[in-house]
Amino acid sequence: MPKIEVNTERCKGCERCNDACPQQIIGMSDQLNNKGYKYAVVFDRPRCIGCRICAIICPDVAIEVYVEGTQYELFQY
Amino acid sequence: MKKIFASTEALVDRPTHYCPGCTHGVIHRIVAESIEELGLRERTVGIAPVGCAVLAYEYFNCDMFEASHGRAPAVATGAKRSRPDLILFTYQGDGDLASIGMGEIIHAANRGEKITVIFVNNAVYGMTGGQMAPTTMPGQYTTTSPYGRDVKDVGYPVRMAEIVATLTTPGFVARVSLHNPKETIRAKEIIKRAFAYQAAGTCFTFVECLSTCPTNWGLSPREAEKWLEEKMVPYYPLGVKKRPEDFQEEQHGAS
Repeated sequence: MPKIEVNTERCKGCERCNDACPQQIIGMSDQLNNKGYKYAVVFDRPRCIGCRICAIICPDVAIEVYVEGTQYELFQY
Repeated sequence: MKKIFASTEALVDRPTHYCPGCTHGVIHRIVAESIEELGLRERTVGIAPVGCAVLAYEYFNCDMFEASHGRAPAVATGAKRSRPDLILFTYQGDGDLASIGMGEIIHAANRGEKITVIFVNNAVYGMTGGQMAPTTMPGQYTTTSPYGRDVKDVGYPVRMAEIVATLTTPGFVARVSLHNPKETIRAKEIIKRAFAYQAAGTCFTFVECLSTCPTNWGLSPREAEKWLEEKMVPYYPLGVKKRPEDFQEEQHGAS
């Protein structure tokens, strides 16, 4: 199952990933990180399709994407 | 678990100083990924500008040099002419390249230096506090145009990619935007292509990247993306403006 990992200390809470996610499963946390920003969290983990769009659009390289087994690539990057 | 997306080796693992939602970080990552994927990192030299990206040498894991304001293409020219095996890229903002560095970029392009220029156009002077730049949109509010940019007084925004594309010397000139995932993926293709042209020693390469500046535009990152798409993209049309393949020597009187 694909999953993403957010580096909460690098996230600056710009919410670009929230809009970009085609599954609309990324939102912002209630807590703050050390810099005082709300960070991105995944609300509905099983629905992640591993498309990498959140990671591609993240300005702070805070998101890493993992998959298990073979992954159907929706686009070349 | 297989990792399919992570930071590249050409980017230092360090948080950037850019504001939340600023697309400088995306352009940094795209440039670093292009260098890494083409296998050029060991012989790449970057030239950092003056502006928001003045600390770019802190983030790229390759040799970096800091040029004075607007003079990055001149510094890159010297480095490339003395060491043609190096891969040179300059990373400049619109205050740096379109304002004070206008002469340097035009002549570097006209000489056909084999360098790559990454021009980040965010329509405002970012680091100094949001003053009006040559690329500021008509009617846009900035700290030095509090009633909006008056085109009768200061003229219309400068389209740098078109200006560079009018030169006869062969070159690769393109404009990309970073306001949505689709355009970001296209930007990666174009920037990688520019570095590939330089690695092959083909021509001068110039990529203009339309970028957001949520802080100085006074908008949230989400509104800034929408503003870029609605206001800037119609004025600054995207796409490849000039290709080296289209150049024909006979047309221009070369013997």
